[in-house]
Amino acid sequence: MTFYLVLTVNSITFGGLLFLLSSGFSLIFGLMRIPNLTHGSLFMLGAYFGATFVGGLLGLVFNFWIAALLGAILVAMFGAALERLLLRRLPGQPSAQVLVTLGLSFMVADFSLMVWGGDPLSVQTPDSLVGFVRLGPLAFPLYRLAIIGIAAVVAIGLWLLLDRTRIGAMIRAGVDDPDMARVVGIRVSQLFTTVFALGSGLAAFAGIIGAPILSVYPGLDQDMLPLALVVVIIGGSGSLLGSFFGSIIIGFIYNFGQALLPELAYFVLFLPMLLVLLFKPQGLFGRFVP
Amino acid sequence: MSARIIALVAAAALLITLPFWMPGVYYLNVASQILFYAVFAIGLNILAGYGGLVSLGHAALFGIAAYATGYLLQHGFGHPAAILIALVVALASTALYAVLSLRASGIGYIMITLALGEIVWGLAYRWISVTGGDNGISVHGRPEPFGISLTSAGAFYYTCLIVFVFSMVAGAIFVRSPLGAALKGTRDQPRRMNALGYHVWAIRFWASMLSGLLTAIAGVLFVYYNQFISPQTLALTASAEVVLMVIAGGASTLFGPVVGAALVVIVKNVVSGYLTRWNFLLGAIFVAIVILMPEGLVPGSARLWRLAWQRMRQPRKGAEAES
Repeated sequence: MTFYLVLTVNSITFGGLLFLLSSGFSLIFGLMRIPNLTHGSLFMLGAYFGATFVGGLLGLVFNFWIAALLGAILVAMFGAALERLLLRRLPGQPSAQVLVTLGLSFMVADFSLMVWGGDPLSVQTPDSLVGFVRLGPLAFPLYRLAIIGIAAVVAIGLWLLLDRTRIGAMIRAGVDDPDMARVVGIRVSQLFTTVFALGSGLAAFAGIIGAPILSVYPGLDQDMLPLALVVVIIGGSGSLLGSFFGSIIIGFIYNFGQALLPELAYFVLFLPMLLVLLFKPQGLFGRFVP
Repeated sequence: MSARIIALVAAAALLITLPFWMPGVYYLNVASQILFYAVFAIGLNILAGYGGLVSLGHAALFGIAAYATGYLLQHGFGHPAAILIALVVALASTALYAVLSLRASGIGYIMITLALGEIVWGLAYRWISVTGGDNGISVHGRPEPFGISLTSAGAFYYTCLIVFVFSMVAGAIFVRSPLGAALKGTRDQPRRMNALGYHVWAIRFWASMLSGLLTAIAGVLFVYYNQFISPQTLALTASAEVVLMVIAGGASTLFGPVVGAALVVIVKNVVSGYLTRWNFLLGAIFVAIVILMPEGLVPGSARLWRLAWQRMRQPRKGAEAES
């Protein structure tokens, strides 16, 4: 019983991280109609930046949260530059854009290997969140609960941004009908850059706050990218609600799979994807078939 | 036309005599690698080039065939049985793969194939009791068709060459067949093809099967060449490499993927002698080719050459107008 409860908390925590990763992925996909295959790399890059800042850079040792924010901003800028300088050159060629993001993900992976080496880096849990929350006979690590809280706050924030602000309305318009949005005077190409930066920043942030649990290692990008893909295939692209539920579902399946069927942990991810593709190819909450 | 025939005859003569003038076994092995990767690339080109369905998980099918061969050999099957069952297993996987991924086309197809490929990779990596995990599966010996041993580099090269020629011919026949024409139709105008009464899904499905068969054959050659298979062979990098072969040489051309395979294998072999950063270079070549010459090296260089030629001539025209 305790085992399953702990596993449940871990699943929700992982789901929270996945949500931070995949909400940006899903928005970029919904708006620009391309899966950003650098998304796993951005997650990893954020984690490496965070590890570097927390571990000390040029004699400066950063507070965990400042490091997280700084890393997220740096990666967001990288994402914006990537969109402006590379993807912008290939308008209307989604396949070419996807291949560029794929090529770039290899470059980032090799670059990280060159800079940070092949050994995993661990990141200390921030001091204020070390410890356990006791609930009767059970003890839950505080940090994991904090991640759930952060993910919930970001989810609400994103929802408010998309549902209650002018820019959110513009993004939704762009997702639903980019051509029409252009016609009514929304500068969709500026939105592309904004959303790309936002998504990149979120992925990096997820990488950093996930680092104390997952640690940072070469290949982290290739571990995370398929998860984001599966979340979006299940949840439906361009839908915040979709990535929310998709993340929770995958969080549970992945963690329970790893605990109960360690050899097939990756394979059981296949099942929900199979069901969704067979019966609802646009995803649970998606508006269009990609 | 006759120039084309002369070129073909010359290429055939070069390929057939290659073991006699190649300076060493190393180079002969590189040639074998180029040939079986070319078979792989021809297989992918049918889907990615003629069908417009860019699969980013094709290394999984390649790997499934290789793993199945290795697993069966390890469990005491003979070479012919192992190869045959491996091809059947790979074809069954291809069918499942196609049923799932053909729910979408375009970007959705790319995404689903990528996810499927990664899942198969995860399976190879984690399902240790079958795949050996990171240690992979070792294969000992090569088959001996009609009593001819394929252990020597030369004999293996000729095997690859024969398979390669058959794949080329199969590819050429397919492209010229009504099914091939229909496939190109579904790439360019899926709705119109549908309206004309073509079964778009079935056309794509059979193209996937042919592509899967060629891929699986290449996978079997790979495992016999390397005598080893590990999850690395199924990784996203491997899928990307073969996509690079197809688009670098020129997708939806018959010889493009062959040129691409030669380019990637040679660069990889040469570069890895000097640099450990092959993945960085792979990524950079990818980005450069997609942005600068998306139609592939052969047609792309021709276009850049024409552009340079025009630029050179234009100022002269301007000068004439002034005078």
